[in-house]
Amino acid sequence: MIRTAGPRRGAPRTGVDWFLTFLRVAALTVIAVGLLAFIWQEIDADNPFARVVNPDATGLSGEQFRGLVVSGVAQGCMYGLIALGYSMVYGVLGFINFAHGEVFMVGAMTGMITSNKLADAGWWESNFIGSLLLIVIISMIVCTLTAVIMERVAYRPLRGAPRLIPLITSIGVSFFIQNAALVLLGPTAKAYPDVPDWVKDKHTFLQIEGARILVVVVSAVSMAVLWYLVEHTKGGKAMRAVAEDAEIAALMGINVNRTIVRVFAVGGAMAGLAGILWGILFRSVTHLTGFLPGIKAFSAAVVGGIGHLGGAMAGGVSIGVAESVGPLVILEPLGVSGVSQLRDAVAFAMLIGVLLIRPSGIFGERLPAEDRT
Amino acid sequence: MSKGETPTGAVPLLEMRSVNAHYGAVHALRDVDLSIHAGELVCLLGGNASGKSTTLKTLLGMLKPSSGEVVLDGEVVNDKPTSYRVARGVTMVPENRRLFKRLSVRENLDLGAYLRSDSAGIAEDLERVFELFPRVKERLSQKAGTLSGGEQQMVAMGRALMARPRLLLMDEPSMGLAPALVQQNFELIEQIHAAGLTIFMVEQNANMALSIADRGWVLQTGRVVLDDSAENLMTHPELRASYLGQSDA
Repeated sequence: MIRTAGPRRGAPRTGVDWFLTFLRVAALTVIAVGLLAFIWQEIDADNPFARVVNPDATGLSGEQFRGLVVSGVAQGCMYGLIALGYSMVYGVLGFINFAHGEVFMVGAMTGMITSNKLADAGWWESNFIGSLLLIVIISMIVCTLTAVIMERVAYRPLRGAPRLIPLITSIGVSFFIQNAALVLLGPTAKAYPDVPDWVKDKHTFLQIEGARILVVVVSAVSMAVLWYLVEHTKGGKAMRAVAEDAEIAALMGINVNRTIVRVFAVGGAMAGLAGILWGILFRSVTHLTGFLPGIKAFSAAVVGGIGHLGGAMAGGVSIGVAESVGPLVILEPLGVSGVSQLRDAVAFAMLIGVLLIRPSGIFGERLPAEDRT
Repeated sequence: MSKGETPTGAVPLLEMRSVNAHYGAVHALRDVDLSIHAGELVCLLGGNASGKSTTLKTLLGMLKPSSGEVVLDGEVVNDKPTSYRVARGVTMVPENRRLFKRLSVRENLDLGAYLRSDSAGIAEDLERVFELFPRVKERLSQKAGTLSGGEQQMVAMGRALMARPRLLLMDEPSMGLAPALVQQNFELIEQIHAAGLTIFMVEQNANMALSIADRGWVLQTGRVVLDDSAENLMTHPELRASYLGQSDA
């Protein structure tokens, strides 16, 4: 299983290798001990082992645990949708577009503006589904345009430059979009209009809120559509060909620039969709909304195996569930206090853990030597 | 037209007229003149870094000449993209095959026909490729990266044929193949040529290339130093001494 980590066979182990091995063992030990303590706690609330490290531990009820998993999956689906954009752009251009999280924020903002307008006109209440479809379409269009313009203005002039240069540019683009939103819309958090009861209510099946069901269903459907487009259409074949060897793709007559624009457009549309789902679920958005989900989606893309579509989604859901469940299941039984604030730490610890144990990600292929620099 | 004679009169299929090309400060091609006529099998010989690959890149539009003209069917195509030339029947089998390794064999072949929309013709050409390479048919759903070197060469040729080219450029067809496969490969090239395809082949293995070619050029540090029929080149003392001597070793 562990393929890319560790020294080459036969090479002497250096101090760094020993240190990394120690880290790997330590990380796995923390997870294993935490999990065991949790399981013990669930079996017997007065478990002597957990009492030693954390006298106040109470364990989780079945309902609490289910709630954590469900909210983790829903959150993870949104990370996954954003991660698709990171992963696909990395696939064709080989750099991380750090401004992609801001495209997601632009989507959430567009949704906020249009949904409030619709609410003013009274459509939001009278025809919620229709309004939702409308804001999804508008947001996807706006985000697609944002991503395409970003490619044209910021990245295309840098085609052929070393990868570090577009990477740094993308950080600049990210600041630009963030501050543009700040200037245009102000620093305060802005709310989505109230949603109908069926979205807020918990439904009989597993007691899940309507909004979370919506998020999971919409993500699954759009992922399936995207998978079909990439695997079974001519344009998708062109994308995969460009991702593998742009020069030979051009030799087949594929317009490489147009294909790259398409990749940005598809990634932007997915981010726009995620933005609306975020808005419906959390109902609040600021100019900083794109930052943390963006970084986590990037982590999701890496955890799933960057460049791999299914991996992006799997990575998103893994990170979402880990950050939701991890603090209470692994950290609390270990006696860490204030665990609910540690969700971000858990998410990034997971990224570091994957990089330590399986750097190519869950579904990633081993990188060829020339790509590893 | 007898074998080896430079055809005169007809408009060449693809031509280079005193082309110069640069990679940054490196002067890679110096006043190169080449002409490929319909129905020919011609070869460009040269050692490492003599400008062979640069010639192919320039012919295909992946590199713009700094001066001179690339002429396709009598039209100057210096400023046209690769896709324009591919759509007009010029295709290349790249050095080391360069298949899309993560894509299936079928997808590789489909990509060869990327610019075509005549599904009946595409299906016909697919059958032709299966006839030429029955092995490819057995491997259709496999990832191209899992094939053996010889099989990959077949897919690479098949992929190029799927574009229904009039002119096939071949970059070092003997590169990276076992000797038995090289022999087989050159037989295939002859076979495809006999079926009516014009072929321009770039090779280091001069004996092999000249044994099947009509005419050839020898390139040395970006300059055409010899331009003659294959028979004459075979026995050319200068070529024997300086160039074939090396490649025989």
